[in-house]
Amino acid sequence: MTSTLTISRLTKAFGGVKALSDVSLAVAPGERVALLGHNGAGKSTLMKVILGLIAPDGGEISICGAAPGSAQARAQVAYLPENAAFHPALTGLEQITQYMRLRNLNPSGAMELLGRVGLAGAAKRRIGTYSKGMRQRVGLAQALIGQPRLLVLDEPTSGLDPVSRRDFYELLDGLAADGAAILLSSHALTEVEARTDRLLILSGGRMVAQGTLPDLRREAALPVAMHLSAINGYEGDILAALPGAIRVNGVLHLTCAQDEKLTTLARISALTDKIADLDVIPPSLEDIYSHFSRRDGQ
Amino acid sequence: MIARILATATTEIHIARRNRWVLIAVLLMVAFSLVLSAAGSAPTGVLGADRLSVVVASLTSLSVYLVPLVALLMSFDAVAGEVERGTLPLLLTYPVARWEILAGKLVAHTAILIVAIVAGYGAAAVVAIAADPAALAGLGALWRLTWTSVLLGAAFLGFGYALSSLARRVSGAAGLAIGLWLGMVVLYDLGLLAAVVADNGGLFTTRIFPVALLANPADAFRLFNLTAAHATAAASGIGGAANAIPQWQSLASIVIWPLVSLVLAAMAFRKGEP
Repeated sequence: MTSTLTISRLTKAFGGVKALSDVSLAVAPGERVALLGHNGAGKSTLMKVILGLIAPDGGEISICGAAPGSAQARAQVAYLPENAAFHPALTGLEQITQYMRLRNLNPSGAMELLGRVGLAGAAKRRIGTYSKGMRQRVGLAQALIGQPRLLVLDEPTSGLDPVSRRDFYELLDGLAADGAAILLSSHALTEVEARTDRLLILSGGRMVAQGTLPDLRREAALPVAMHLSAINGYEGDILAALPGAIRVNGVLHLTCAQDEKLTTLARISALTDKIADLDVIPPSLEDIYSHFSRRDGQ
Repeated sequence: MIARILATATTEIHIARRNRWVLIAVLLMVAFSLVLSAAGSAPTGVLGADRLSVVVASLTSLSVYLVPLVALLMSFDAVAGEVERGTLPLLLTYPVARWEILAGKLVAHTAILIVAIVAGYGAAAVVAIAADPAALAGLGALWRLTWTSVLLGAAFLGFGYALSSLARRVSGAAGLAIGLWLGMVVLYDLGLLAAVVADNGGLFTTRIFPVALLANPADAFRLFNLTAAHATAAASGIGGAANAIPQWQSLASIVIWPLVSLVLAAMAFRKGEP
């Protein structure tokens, strides 16, 4: 299957400061890919290069076989900017109507589109009266216009309440099922973990990791934490049997490397009559993310 | 292409209507036109011209100031406003060329300008004809004034877009627009007059002065309307010099300037990453 978006060895500097260096990635049709990184890691720059808003210094980008920013590419790409902004004097309906006409579509579907993002009731009110979440939905509605082959979404769920977020990801799932490639950036790691197929981590303009969450978890090889609650009076015995354990707020904490997990568990299971409860806590997405984004000394 | 230009134009008209720009432009033109036609009605008998032709001469002097001002007021926000609101990057990811965006804004702003000019001049004409039916003879001059005013407005819309693209901030664009208006409409003439007086009929007055008049769309507009109406006697100031310049030259300047300013605007807007 050919990729909808292919980037190889992309480089971009702003006045000597490297915003992106040697970034390569691919997003296939129907794939939902999350782009993670600190503020200033290069996420927005990467997106703007993909959209053709900024010219790269080096490297190659292909969007459905076309160059970024070309009329052919723009006809197939939808963008949702971070903090989507619109002219406050326009109504939601007028704004969406304009965007549909710019894509050579009949704007009679504008109302239905606003309904899909839950703005049917506010469609004829000025955007100036909208809340941040409502403006974000206008942004989402315009990104759904036509049948984009690639959606580039810059922090799409910031400003949305939890229910709206869930609705948003359901919309994305539908688009991906129809074959759209989706690249979204986010700081909400747990959300991204559950709702995307693959993660890309940018740090200081470099792609420091990419893969599915299990891939990254394996690659990071972060220690597994185990929390044990002792049956009254046996705490000393357990501490003696498990040398690495420490006592924190009445719970015994133990960590071990991924490959020692089973042997550690075997040692714990030998103590079953002294242990009331056991929790095994795999490294969280936050831990994995921090691991990769700090790797080059940030 | 046409559909995309019209889509942008429709949006701009919605915005101008909500921001009261349509109302402000119309009221400005009507109020000033009526004041002028009332004030300019006294000398008709002396000059032997019909009342409307005299009003047209007065309106010409008014429009030189007012039409560029209204055009710049509508256009200075066009690009800088989009940059400052953060709406430009999204717009530029749509399959629409930058010049098509400008063309859409131009269509909308020109339409508003036409409404304001027709309302203003129309009000003045109605008053003049009501007072003196012989004033119908001046309708030709009024028509000429109307379409040249629209071209003058279009030229300054283009300048406004160009400044707006270069400034990229609304406050900066507003300052540049006011500076341009002062420079081209007020100071330019004062400078020329001072030079003519100092030169006292020398090379500057005979060679450079006519070219300098043609090089400024506002002066070319004034020249064309005054020479065409043979109303130089009714006008003051540089009108006297107008007879020295063939009419086709001032007409060419009026027609070429909007094209030049719009090309400048398109070039200024093409540069720069949002």
